[in-house]
This record gives sequence, C-alpha cells and structure tokens, in this order.
Amino acid sequence: MSTVPPPNSYRSGPDADGRFGIYGGRFVAETLMPLILSLEEAYEAAKRDPAFRDELEYLNKHYSGRPSPLYFAERLTAHFGGAKIYFKRDELNHTGSHKINNCLGQILLAKRMGKTRIIAETGAGQHGVAVATVAARFGLPCTVFMGATDIDRQKPNVFRMRLLGADIRAVTAGSGTLKDAMNEALRDWVTHVDDTFYIIGTAAGPHPYPAMVRDFQSVIGTEAKAQMQEMEGRLPDTLVACIGGGSNAIGLFHPFLDDPEVRILGVEAAGLGLDTPDHAASLTGGAPGVLHGNRTYLLQDDDGQILEGHSISAGLDYPGIGPEHSWLRDTGRVEYVAATDAEALDAFQLCSRLEGIIPALEPSHALAHVSKIAPDLPPDHIILMNMCGRGDKDVFAVAGHLGLEIEP
Amino acid sequence: MSQTRIDRRFAALKAEGRAGFVTFLTAGDPEPETSMALLRGLPAAGADIIELGMPFTDPMADGPAIQASNQRALAAGQTMLKTLDMVRAFREGDDETPIVLMGYYNPVYAYGPERFLKDAREAGVDGLIIVDLPAEEDRELCIPALGAGVNFIRLLAPTTDEARLPRVLENISGFVYYVSIAGITGAAAPDAGAVAAAVSRIKARCALPVAVGFGVTEPDQAAAIAAHADAVVVGSALVREVENAVQNGGDAVTSVLRKVSELAAGVRRGRTK
Repeated sequence: MSTVPPPNSYRSGPDADGRFGIYGGRFVAETLMPLILSLEEAYEAAKRDPAFRDELEYLNKHYSGRPSPLYFAERLTAHFGGAKIYFKRDELNHTGSHKINNCLGQILLAKRMGKTRIIAETGAGQHGVAVATVAARFGLPCTVFMGATDIDRQKPNVFRMRLLGADIRAVTAGSGTLKDAMNEALRDWVTHVDDTFYIIGTAAGPHPYPAMVRDFQSVIGTEAKAQMQEMEGRLPDTLVACIGGGSNAIGLFHPFLDDPEVRILGVEAAGLGLDTPDHAASLTGGAPGVLHGNRTYLLQDDDGQILEGHSISAGLDYPGIGPEHSWLRDTGRVEYVAATDAEALDAFQLCSRLEGIIPALEPSHALAHVSKIAPDLPPDHIILMNMCGRGDKDVFAVAGHLGLEIEP
Repeated sequence: MSQTRIDRRFAALKAEGRAGFVTFLTAGDPEPETSMALLRGLPAAGADIIELGMPFTDPMADGPAIQASNQRALAAGQTMLKTLDMVRAFREGDDETPIVLMGYYNPVYAYGPERFLKDAREAGVDGLIIVDLPAEEDRELCIPALGAGVNFIRLLAPTTDEARLPRVLENISGFVYYVSIAGITGAAAPDAGAVAAAVSRIKARCALPVAVGFGVTEPDQAAAIAAHADAVVVGSALVREVENAVQNGGDAVTSVLRKVSELAAGVRRGRTK
C-alpha cells in the first residue's frame, strides 16, 4: 500500500527531528532528553572521525570475523526448483548473530563519551549476549534486563551472559517479555543518567538510535552488494529478511533502497496466524502509535493500550518495529509479509537438512517466505536472504515443539 | 490563553501565603466505583489540585507502585472514555478544583489529539502532563492544547541544564512540574536544599508557579519542599495506600484520604517553618 509520495532518495532520513516521514521522533521523558541529545552529538562527531571508523572496522574484521560470507545455497535452490538462493552468513559472526555489528559500534561510542556502565534489554538473548561480550572485551560492568518469561525459555543464552560477567535482571512487570525489559532498561537509565550508556539492540527507540543502529548494521548490505557483484556481476533481484524490531533487515536493505530494480521483502512473525491475536506482525496487523521513544506501527487495542506480541521466536516477539520500516511500508518501497510459527519451524528443519546450517528461528521466518516465492521464479532470478543468526539457542525450544524431550 | 482553574487556584494559594498540595491517583484504580469515591473525597481531604492518571500498559517513567496501579485500573476495565466520564461526574459537584490528566502519549494519540483536547476540555479538564512529550515534540499536543484552552504542563528534571531551560519553558502554561530526582516515580527522597536551588533557577527564567514532585512520601518531607516550592506533588505514597487496602481487604477510600489529610497538613505548615 502506497500512501506517501516517493521521495528523491530513500536513504536520506531521518530529518533533523529524527523523523522518517511521520515516524520516529524523540518521545522520551525530559530527564532523558538531554542524554539523547548528547548521544546524537557524540554519534555525529564519531561518524566523521576516521579513527572511530578505523577502530570499528578493525574490530569487525579481527574480533567479529567480518566480512561474513555470501553463500550460494545450492541444495535449497535445487529443492525449490526456481530462483537462485543466496544467504548472507551473518550467523557466522562472533556471538552467532548480526547483533554484534551494532554492539561494537555502540560500545566504542560509550567509551568515547566516557560512560562507565552499560545497560541493555534483550528478548531471545542474542542482543544480550552480544552486549555482554563487548562489555567484557572493553572491561565495563554490564546489566542486562530480560523478561522473566524469556529467561525461562532462553536458558542457554542466560548462562552465556552470566559467563561473560553480565548481571541479569529478571523483569516480572507486564508479561515479562522484551517490551517489559525495554521499559525496565529505560527506568534504569533515567535513574543512572550520569554514568550509564544504554545499548539498544534494534533499530528503534528515540532518535538517534534508529539511525545509529541502522548505520552500524548497514555493513551487512554494503558487504553483500560488493560480494554479489563479485559472484554474479550484478545486483540481486529480491532481498528477504526477517523483522522483529528490524535491525538485521534495515542493515541489509538500506544500501539497496535506491536501486529500484531490487525488490525488497520484510518478513514479520505471524505466530499462530494473522487472523488470531497471537502474532507479532506490527506492520501487517498493527496501527501507528508511540512507544519506547518513537512513533511507529504498534500492536495495540482501540484505546491505545499495547498488546503482547506472540511468536515462536523470542527475538521477533515485540509489539513494535523500527520507525524507518514504518515509513518504508507507507512509501511502498519495501513490502512486508508474514510467516507463521509452523512455517518457520518447517524452514528451520529444511535448512538444517539440506544445507547443514541450523538457522535461528528468526531467519527461519525469512526462509519460510523464500520457500513460498522461489519455486515460481525463473532460474536466473537471484534471491538474497539474510541468515542473521544461528539456531543453537533454539534447539531446546524446537525440540519441544517437535514433541521431543532433550535436557536444557 | 484565558485563565483556567489552575491559574485561579495558584492565585488563591498565593493570597493565602501557602504552598498547594497536588495529589496523584490513577483513574479507575482499583476499580471504577472506589476510584470515583476517592476523586470526590480529595478536595475536602486537602488536595488543592488533582492529577488523575490515564492508565497505560507501559508506564516507562514510573516505579513499581504506579505501574501496579495502572495494571489494576486496566484490569478493572478503565478506558479513556471512562476517565473523561469521571472528570465530568466530578465537575457536577466541584467546579473549582483543577484537574490535570497525566499519562503517556499513546492512549491520547489513539483517541485522536484534537478530539481528545475537545472532549477533555468539555469534561472539565484544566491541564495535561504527558510524560513522553518533551519540548522537541510540542507540535503533537502542547501547541494544539494552548489553542484549545487546556494548560500543557511540562516536566523539568535535574538533567535539564541552563542551556536547555529556555527551550523547555517555551509554550507552557499552568505550572511547571519539577521532577526532584533523576529517576522513576516513588524512588529516592529528594534533597530539600537541591530542590530549593532548582526552584530558584527555574523562577529566574519563568513566571509560572513551580510544583515539585517524585519521591515525596511523608508529611515532614512535604513541609520541607513546601518551604521552597509553590506546590508539592505526591503520587506513589497515595497509590501505595490503595495497594495496601486491596491486598489487606481494607477500605481504600478511608486510608487514602487519611494519608492525603496528613500530607496536606505537612504542606500547609511548610511556609511557617
């Protein structure tokens, strides 16, 4: 659906007020306002500083293992019998997901700003692990807020964070999931304004977070573009990425937004189905609202109360989405679709058996959509999918869904 | 804009030579009937200005006590329409005590800002405090509120520095709400000396009355703040009385209004200290 006239460039946002069209902004309490303004100033200065860029590049290469490979998924391609399928292998990064890209950038900024304490929220624990990792690497104490429900269903990541020295705070408010963890992190931040840096994990929150997280994640799309040029001598025809808050997706999409010949698809979590209340598809099943510092599409009732998302994947189980995605939806530049729990579970198993890659449940949603479109596309059509995380953390949950018992 | 009940109340307080007492309760907490009885009882118990919370699922700036009160109200079926109805019902018996609706932007945004301002004004609402609308977002509700004759009351924090003050004090009316601690509601107690310094810093820049809140729980603290501020705000301590009554099967109206009287007495003796 296109409700907004197309801009000259899809890559120039946000504006000075932190807006992408009507989305984004700085909807925070006054106590936090001076902090996000100084963060914005520090980030703008860091972006222009070659020493900052060099250090980030060095860490991306030698600590995280970038560039991540671009991989031709030959057996899946043969299996679907249509388009050529490529994976951008961000699950091979240090810590097992794309989350490290953003955490390295933000911790360098925290050091630059002289902050001495790190806080973060996490849902599935992938961002929490990445934050705990960079905090350990840079010797800063770190507190991770995690919903009590999520702590229960993501035990391996909880233990991993503890090994890395992070203090895990269980959040019992609300439903004890990602949204409540983010509320609690904001409450902590407002109480420790002098020394604390809040590393937000997705491309959401008050300006400058959506733009900053996108910039740090855009390494995914920038690399993929060059790698595809090398392997195929051209741009891909279709991009596919899963979307919870949308950080891996915006990281892949952003460098391609002004290439009109590239079709771009974001895949939300349809949970038990979009016709049920149990899904986490903010764009396909929500309405614009204001939460966690930005205006964006939200799952909410008619009275503006936020609804709980549901997804088999704790990483997609968030009632909002990054504001740039909301704008890309309204402009029609990116199409947003959804895949159910069951479809993701099928894709998870298929990828494991055919490619020897156990994907996280999050990119399994992207693959589920690839499985719907690839068979009907010609063999010279190239689909590039972001394999944004590995599935080790999900094996216990998946075993449960398949009716198998394994010891966590 | 023309005078509101808030302006008149502060003028009267000034004439009396005392600070005002601002109470906060969440609309619909613990359920509609008790909440309405509480609202009606507040002025006689000593509340000079009433802040009525519009419940929200995600009260990000609030501590555990007010979070729980939001949840109780929502669980008991509170909606924006019901909150406005409460104000309307209150106005049938009291046309003088100012009412300020306080909360987060999303329920207002979902209701529709223009429609909300019109309905709130007609119901008898005098002012608004929207926690997550800083000066940078004034176009959303603050400027439309000025046009609709509703005071938009801004929160100022210890983190609001001198350079930022002019921006924050732009476009506001009614009174200034100084958040006495960098933190969430109901947390640490404020330091009266630091509050006094902050209040005079704000008063040097702005002619509006300054109310101080966050962390005030006892009459003596209220008295200490009242010595320096034009009004003292108490929320979490009152909401905790509701919670205790719900948990122990007591009468919330009696215990909350008793607490209001004690705190009001503290506020009233603040200036003679």
